[in-house]
Amino acid sequence: MMEAVRVPPFERFYEEQRGPVLAQLRRMLGRDAADDAFQETFLRALRAYPTLRHGRHLRAWALQIARNVAIDALRRTQVTAAEVPDLESVDEPLPYEELRRLTSELPHKERAAVFLRYGYDLSYEEIGNALGQSPEAARQAASSGVRRLRRKELS
Amino acid sequence: MTVVSAELDRRFRDAAAAEGLLDVAYELHESPVGTLFVAVTDRGVCEIHYDADPEAEADRLARLFGTRVLRSPRPTDEARRQLDEYFAGTRREFDLDVDLGPARDFGRAVLEQLARVPYGELTTYGALAGRAGKPRAARAVGTIMNRNPVPIVLPCHRVVGSSGALVGYAGGLDRKRLLLELEGALQPG
Repeated sequence: MMEAVRVPPFERFYEEQRGPVLAQLRRMLGRDAADDAFQETFLRALRAYPTLRHGRHLRAWALQIARNVAIDALRRTQVTAAEVPDLESVDEPLPYEELRRLTSELPHKERAAVFLRYGYDLSYEEIGNALGQSPEAARQAASSGVRRLRRKELS
Repeated sequence: MTVVSAELDRRFRDAAAAEGLLDVAYELHESPVGTLFVAVTDRGVCEIHYDADPEAEADRLARLFGTRVLRSPRPTDEARRQLDEYFAGTRREFDLDVDLGPARDFGRAVLEQLARVPYGELTTYGALAGRAGKPRAARAVGTIMNRNPVPIVLPCHRVVGSSGALVGYAGGLDRKRLLLELEGALQPG
């Protein structure tokens, strides 16, 4: 039987999610803009917090809010995409806009997996949860997406 | 691991309170009787706790008042300032609202009577029970004192046994004695 997971006090949610949220915002927006977006992300989370019915998937929830806040900020600043990066050599996840452009022609499942892996730095277990797949299926989708991108780049 | 700077962290905690988004704001406060966990809602001080495990207290407060419990010092500033004045001997009465949350009926009546026991004076469990309308409920009053959510501000340290014995205190008898000495109700010794 599935144990009901109580929504934790906001303090605990904030302590656990603030690092990953700031990391994602920096990847998407850069250091300075990330600071403003950080506050906005957690204020939005606070406003929505009483509507949570259980304490599951809070990491994914927090990162989703951060992504929405960052997209709003990007729309305001009209960030332009840079040159095509080499996914293989990426150890810092990519800016959102760049990744969006790069993956626009991938099949849906591969695109989602590549996005969550390299854009949001989620583990394959988290990606599997988010997409309703096994971690292994998520890993395969991401790596086949990357292979497809590499072939496209060479051609 | 990305580290959130102290400045960024403080800005969010201030903003959360300024926007009125918190059910409970709390802060840890150093005092002559040890570190106090001080928590407030927008209706008043809802908890003062000795030797608190902040995580356990946050859990408890979330169940009583709502899940938006955050360490955010500013809303607690006034209460902590008055506590400092009390310990410095320059304040005899607290000018603070108290939020008793879900306390009901006899428990609430007793705590309301407790709030009227003056600085530096002692009363007994039985006398307090009588003032709350149940003269024979001294034992129940003892339990209510033991669970007083806002000690010091609601002065359960001024309540003693009918023989004059200090009896008990949730923060320990040493603290009860120290508070009563501070108020001049007991001779140091």
